Amino acid sequence: MSVPLLTINRVRKAFGGLVAINDVSFEVTKGELLGLIGPNGSGKTTMLNLISGALSPTSGNILLSGQNIAGRPAHKIARIGVARTFQLVRVLPSMSALENVVAGAVFGHNRLWGAEALALARDLLERVGLKGREEVPVAAMTYIDQKRIELARALAGNPHVLLLDEWLAGLNPSELRVGIELIREISEQGRTIIMVEHVMDAIRSLCTRCVVMNSGTKIADGRSADVLADPEVVRAYLGDDDA
Amino acid sequence: MMNIPRNELLALGAGLAGAAVLAFLPLVTEGFWLSLSVNIMLYAAICTAWALFSGPTYLVSLASAAFFGVGTYSVAIFIDVLPFPALILIAVVAGALLATLVGLATLRLSGVYFVIFTLGLAELLGQIVTWVQTNFGGTIGLYVFTDFTETHLYWMLLALTVVVFVTGWLINRSRLGLALRIIGNDEAVARHVGVDTARTRVILFAVSGAFIAVAGAIMAPRYGYITPDAAFNPMTSFLVVIMALLGGTRRLWGPLVGVVPFTVVMDFISGHFPNQTAVIMGLAFLAIVYVLPDGVTGQLETLFRRRRSIDKSLPATTAEEGR
Repeated sequence: MSVPLLTINRVRKAFGGLVAINDVSFEVTKGELLGLIGPNGSGKTTMLNLISGALSPTSGNILLSGQNIAGRPAHKIARIGVARTFQLVRVLPSMSALENVVAGAVFGHNRLWGAEALALARDLLERVGLKGREEVPVAAMTYIDQKRIELARALAGNPHVLLLDEWLAGLNPSELRVGIELIREISEQGRTIIMVEHVMDAIRSLCTRCVVMNSGTKIADGRSADVLADPEVVRAYLGDDDA
Repeated sequence: MMNIPRNELLALGAGLAGAAVLAFLPLVTEGFWLSLSVNIMLYAAICTAWALFSGPTYLVSLASAAFFGVGTYSVAIFIDVLPFPALILIAVVAGALLATLVGLATLRLSGVYFVIFTLGLAELLGQIVTWVQTNFGGTIGLYVFTDFTETHLYWMLLALTVVVFVTGWLINRSRLGLALRIIGNDEAVARHVGVDTARTRVILFAVSGAFIAVAGAIMAPRYGYITPDAAFNPMTSFLVVIMALLGGTRRLWGPLVGVVPFTVVMDFISGHFPNQTAVIMGLAFLAIVYVLPDGVTGQLETLFRRRRSIDKSLPATTAEEGR
């Protein structure tokens, strides 16, 4: 086994008396595409928020290449090399598509400026399928195109770890196919990705490995096919009767 | 981003040429018109400085009077012991320092809480100065005697306005400017792409506050006798917001478009209807917010863009009809 790029070590997040994440540990290897799944309210997005710095954990460590990033402010973590998309798509509405992506290139792990940032942003827009739409105001774009912008913006920072929070949610079947291919492409280029997802077809076809959470605890971790067949995972999703 | 676009260079050249022409104004006019021009130049500087921060962040600051007062008092306190340029420097430092403190204290405040805090600040400082002067100074006011004429004040304010504009232009072209635009769009996204939102906000507030303090310092000789009520007059803060919003804060030169007509009209109104000035100003504020939420420049830009998109879509519609 190679050295893990990201180590989640007994991470706990409590909101008052409610324990959203209960001493969860797992590791992500460089270049891996990890699926983080679980029923609604199981703590997946909270986990991503802890990694990206939107929230700070109550206890535990999060190590990125050996450096503890737990509890550091989001902008610092972004610079160290974590980029994300949001569950409810968040674009910069008054800025053009190109500027949205430039934002990621300028302030993220990459820290480019000027012509380099613009060139990278153009390149990424082309990669996510928005070539020729650089100057379009993003507020006028469709949902999937806004999601593409978000993805390009996250990639523009050239992060060590890319966090996708239900990036495929809300897409129609044909968009879904395109979306899955896009993620596969990015993964094949060597990017380490953690994706929170409800679309099981996507998990099956994309992720070799899955971590399953339920009510804040990790209940399974392993090869996707094995994990999805695990009785406890099925029970978590469907309830006792169907297991 | 790196190469300066042609139209920006043209605008910069035109701006500097315009400022050069304006510098000759005191040679052709004096008295009422010069004094009105001093007012216009004063608000041009303050409103543009205000919009440097409040434009992109959408945080309405009512602290202008506080910075203005701090600048005025920087001059009033040290006028007998230091040369005037040194006093300007003190105003810069004092304004920036105050803005930094306020910025740090209000980082977690947003929207209306920030507005209230900044409004209270001017009042608080005014009261503190009054208290200090009555308890330790013996008098409420301070005298500022200089040899400056209206012409000197006008030139200084014109120079300040030019510096504010050039600074704003440089900021817009820098990482700081981009960071501000991202913050104004979505603060959560800003943090997650790696923008230090706290630092950006505080730096910009300090720059803006320092400029407003300098404006206060330049105006001190005009007042002659400085009292806390005049120096920390909350009306300054309100006027700045109204004029900047009238012009529009999306563009650097937006506030200027509001300042010129508003100052002229206000001068007329306060001269002819002194008792109704506050009422008329309140109505003007309501009208601006309701009718021109993006200011005159914002409205014009929207109109222009709509016209352009109609022009563009014309061939498309004809093709559609042809089918």
